[in-house]
Amino acid sequence: MSSVANAGLLAMRSVNRTLRQPANLVFSFVFPMILLAVNAGGLSSATKIPGFPVDSYLTFALAVPFIQGALFASNSAGTNIAEDIETGFLSRLSLTPLTRGGLLLGQLAGVVALGLGQACVYLAVGEAAGAGFKAGPLGVPVLLALSVLVTLGFGSIGAFAALRTGSGEAVQGLFPLMFVLLFLSSNALPRNLIETDWFRTIATYNPVSYLLEAIRSLLITGWDGEALALGFGCAIGIAVVGIWASSRALKSRMLRT
Amino acid sequence: MSRSSSVSVARAVAWRNIHNVFTNPALIIPSLVFPLFFFTAFAGGLSRVDSIPGFDYKPGYTAFQFVFVLIQSSAFAGVFTGFAVARDFQMGFGRRLLLAAPHRGAIVVGYVLSGLTRAAFTMFVVTVVAVVIAGMDLGSAGVDLFGLYGLAVLVNIAAGLWAVGVALRVRSIQGGPLIQVPIFLTLFLAPVYVPFHLLTGWIHGVASVNPATAFLNAGRDLLAGEASDVAIAFVIALGLIAGFALWSWRSLRSAEAAGA
Repeated sequence: MSSVANAGLLAMRSVNRTLRQPANLVFSFVFPMILLAVNAGGLSSATKIPGFPVDSYLTFALAVPFIQGALFASNSAGTNIAEDIETGFLSRLSLTPLTRGGLLLGQLAGVVALGLGQACVYLAVGEAAGAGFKAGPLGVPVLLALSVLVTLGFGSIGAFAALRTGSGEAVQGLFPLMFVLLFLSSNALPRNLIETDWFRTIATYNPVSYLLEAIRSLLITGWDGEALALGFGCAIGIAVVGIWASSRALKSRMLRT
Repeated sequence: MSRSSSVSVARAVAWRNIHNVFTNPALIIPSLVFPLFFFTAFAGGLSRVDSIPGFDYKPGYTAFQFVFVLIQSSAFAGVFTGFAVARDFQMGFGRRLLLAAPHRGAIVVGYVLSGLTRAAFTMFVVTVVAVVIAGMDLGSAGVDLFGLYGLAVLVNIAAGLWAVGVALRVRSIQGGPLIQVPIFLTLFLAPVYVPFHLLTGWIHGVASVNPATAFLNAGRDLLAGEASDVAIAFVIALGLIAGFALWSWRSLRSAEAAGA
């Protein structure tokens, strides 16, 4: 069997394994929607702040679940890979002709599928609840592509943590840190409306702000080339760095095996 | 069965948990970091919310969020106590506790006392950060400040009794979401970001029957030194304590019946 076919089998296993964990699925799909409902309700009067870009806070906040979902997915990807290390499955894989890249992408396939599913559900629920989508039908594939890229990026960081430490507990410890990135961004207000200087500075240097703003541009503005370029640039950057770091970590782990 | 044996059981259980929490960074750090993180994210990132027309909380947005974080940290100290119970029963230690204690109700009291100690520590740290780093002024509250901390203590006891009750029924750390999600949702379905009168739509309806709304409104009034209408919050808190005490007592009986 060729290495591509092996990688395909591994990808199928990764997708099946992700879909067979109802607890993780519920957490990934439902929790961001609950937070969206709570925040959109609680902060709906924030649209009265002078300069707020849209009349509906729901539309503004709908970008957040896409990033939250990606963060949950990073946890899921890392935990799955750590489990493979702990149970010795990865060691057995090292005996197959699989390349490192194939092995890694095969392992991340489940998280990418999860990211795509999440994005479809968030968008459908958001639109059903009355959120706007200014970019129109052509914006949907762009939003899904960005969402998958973001999930792949954060998933690869989870994979890196798992391959580096070999411990599911260490991957779980990464999760709060990732959540800090989300909270210290423009997730609740646009950056120009953040009053506290140090917070605005952190949000400006935080790539999560640009991911949110790219998704938000499709929802609120329509087609904003700068926001989309920055968002896709950050997502690709995170994915490239994450996959490169994971690949290096996988190499050292294979050598140790 | 003497009263002193019950006291010694409660004291021993409380001491063991307090010792576990304060000597294990993995247990104490999350309960400190999360409230501080929420305080930073809300008071820092959302400070512009005080310019919404109708936002009339005089001490300012930092103080507005401080009350939420104080009540939240105290409620979550109770939640973490529930986790400790679940862990103890999952590992089999709870079973040995049930066998050894002459008066088993004292076990619950011990856990709740450890939760109170934990809450007191977290509230102290949150207050120091709010005053020293965020520059919040507590002076205007005067003696009403005692009322605010008293209310937070009652919330901690109520949340602790709820969490211990769930943990005694589930007896596994897998029951963690059952312990924390209801408290998390109750807190967030209250006026967290803006005053109650600025909430609109479905969340206004939910918040109007949510006990956490009474706690937050009373806490904010106490911090502002305008404690004219806060008795209802204390009555609700005492009612919840009575209800959840009954719940945890029945859960203890359930654990006994199951042989834990």
